[in-house]
Amino acid sequence: MAGNRGIQKWGWVLCFLAPSLAGLLVFVLGPLVYSLRLTFYEWNLLSAPVYVGLDNFVNLYHDADFWLAFRHTLTFIVFYIPAVLILALGTALLLNRPLRGMPFFRAAVFVPVVSSWVVVALMWKWIFNPRYGLLNWLLAQVGITGPAWLFDPDTALYAIIIASVWKDIGFVTVMFLGGLQGISESYYEAARIDGATSLGRLRFITLPLLTPTTFFALIISLINSFQIFEQVWLMPESFASRGTTVVVEQIVNHAFRYNQMGYAATMSWVLFAVILTITLVQFRFQKRWVHYDL
Amino acid sequence: MSDVTETMTLNRPVSHTPSWLHRSGPVVLQIAQYAILIVLALIMLVPFIWTVSTSFKQQSGLMTATPEFIPDPVSLDAYRTLSDRMDIPRLIFNSFFVTIVGTAGQVVFAAMAAYAFSRMAWRGRDTVFLLYLATQMIPIQVIIIPQFILIRHFGWVNTFQGLIIPGLFNAFGVFLLRQSFLTLPRDLEEAAFIDGANRFTVFWRVVLPLSKPALATLTVFDFMALWNAYLWPLFVARKEDVMTLPVALANLAGSSRYQGSVEWNVVMAGAVITILPILIVYMFAQKWFVRGVTFSGIKG
Repeated sequence: MAGNRGIQKWGWVLCFLAPSLAGLLVFVLGPLVYSLRLTFYEWNLLSAPVYVGLDNFVNLYHDADFWLAFRHTLTFIVFYIPAVLILALGTALLLNRPLRGMPFFRAAVFVPVVSSWVVVALMWKWIFNPRYGLLNWLLAQVGITGPAWLFDPDTALYAIIIASVWKDIGFVTVMFLGGLQGISESYYEAARIDGATSLGRLRFITLPLLTPTTFFALIISLINSFQIFEQVWLMPESFASRGTTVVVEQIVNHAFRYNQMGYAATMSWVLFAVILTITLVQFRFQKRWVHYDL
Repeated sequence: MSDVTETMTLNRPVSHTPSWLHRSGPVVLQIAQYAILIVLALIMLVPFIWTVSTSFKQQSGLMTATPEFIPDPVSLDAYRTLSDRMDIPRLIFNSFFVTIVGTAGQVVFAAMAAYAFSRMAWRGRDTVFLLYLATQMIPIQVIIIPQFILIRHFGWVNTFQGLIIPGLFNAFGVFLLRQSFLTLPRDLEEAAFIDGANRFTVFWRVVLPLSKPALATLTVFDFMALWNAYLWPLFVARKEDVMTLPVALANLAGSSRYQGSVEWNVVMAGAVITILPILIVYMFAQKWFVRGVTFSGIKG
């Protein structure tokens, strides 16, 4: 009887789990293993794959475009991460104030987050238009001659950074709002009794207790920075794209334009390794600055 | 407007606001805060307003020395040109079809798996669940190439099944729903079992109805992700009979890339059509959007 029940139990487990597990094996884990194998092959999808050992990795190491892509990602990170974190923190502090009409402002900040990157990229491409775009007109009003933005390899990346910060502020703001609302009121009560100024409360209570949220926002923003694609693919003029190319763009190009499946897979694994390493390093050093309590 | 937004606040009107916030501060401070908020809202909304405005302009009205937010004349030219170039109803149908079927599939499979991970005890459960969580860390770029090769092998390129099926098995939803299922009290299920209900009845009649907030969160999140998806559809849906709006819009913008002046009014008309459905859903389901996006951040 017990055996019968056991079979019945496993029958139900299988019923509930099988569709999802089978799908995960076929469409996620299978491709993962396959992709790792591809890194040792050269394959153009038309003829049979050729085993090339570590050639893909060696070629990647000598691929100037690949290093260029990492340089661009680094530039992106240097400007994007501080901008998005600081602006989102400021926005969250402001949106957490008990003022009338706040729901409207919160909704407004979040609209870019729900919008498709394709739309956002094209919208900003029009705004960045050097001659008829909204931004250079605005700059002209304060006496600045705006750059050619997406028409210039030297400035295109900065246009992409601005658009990316604009799109993601709402996302990080919502994370910070969650963090702010998780801070126990008792800390502020105590600070008030001690006569702390509002700046003091921000410096010694709010900011330290927001470090776990900041940590998560930083981790996620960094992971996302390595994976940007749509804005880089769609925004710059083709002749300026040498100034903006990033790894994912090159993966897409190698896989679907030049039919170099093995080489593209190799790139993707290097990208994965870099992301994983950076994330692990951050977890390693979080003790130094993340406070879960005061 | 304010009434509508008041009732569906992003985060409920902060119930446990720290007491130092109750004092809104001196009037000068309040005015300064409103000033910053208004600038912020303008920065966030003006690009959208500019997009809508551009879409109602004629080609000749694009090149003005001073930006005109109210088109003169208000023209439907751009929308007409757009519908000459692309089969708009077809694209809208494709986008809705892929989004709705994909969302439904993801939610159903995720709910079933989440049930097995939270309401059933079996050997190896936690190991398998860890495996699910681990797949969340894989960047999409790593598996997209073999996924494409697989779809090509199945002969599913430029088909709806090729667009929809590979995305159905997402561990994110399993994780989100499991968290919610775990909070339900055991007794409810026990009572149903005593009444002779089987696992499936309990799942369908007891667990799912009690988990509506989590289901709504996941539904809205998946809807948004699928409606906005670009990378995967770019590879597998290149023909107009299965193409979705973002891919068609990007093609449209790209195709006028080398002709000197881009027809921005036409591109912006396409942008308006692409973004309108998701904005409408957002207006009615703000709270779930925020929850879903927040949860997607926490999962990390």
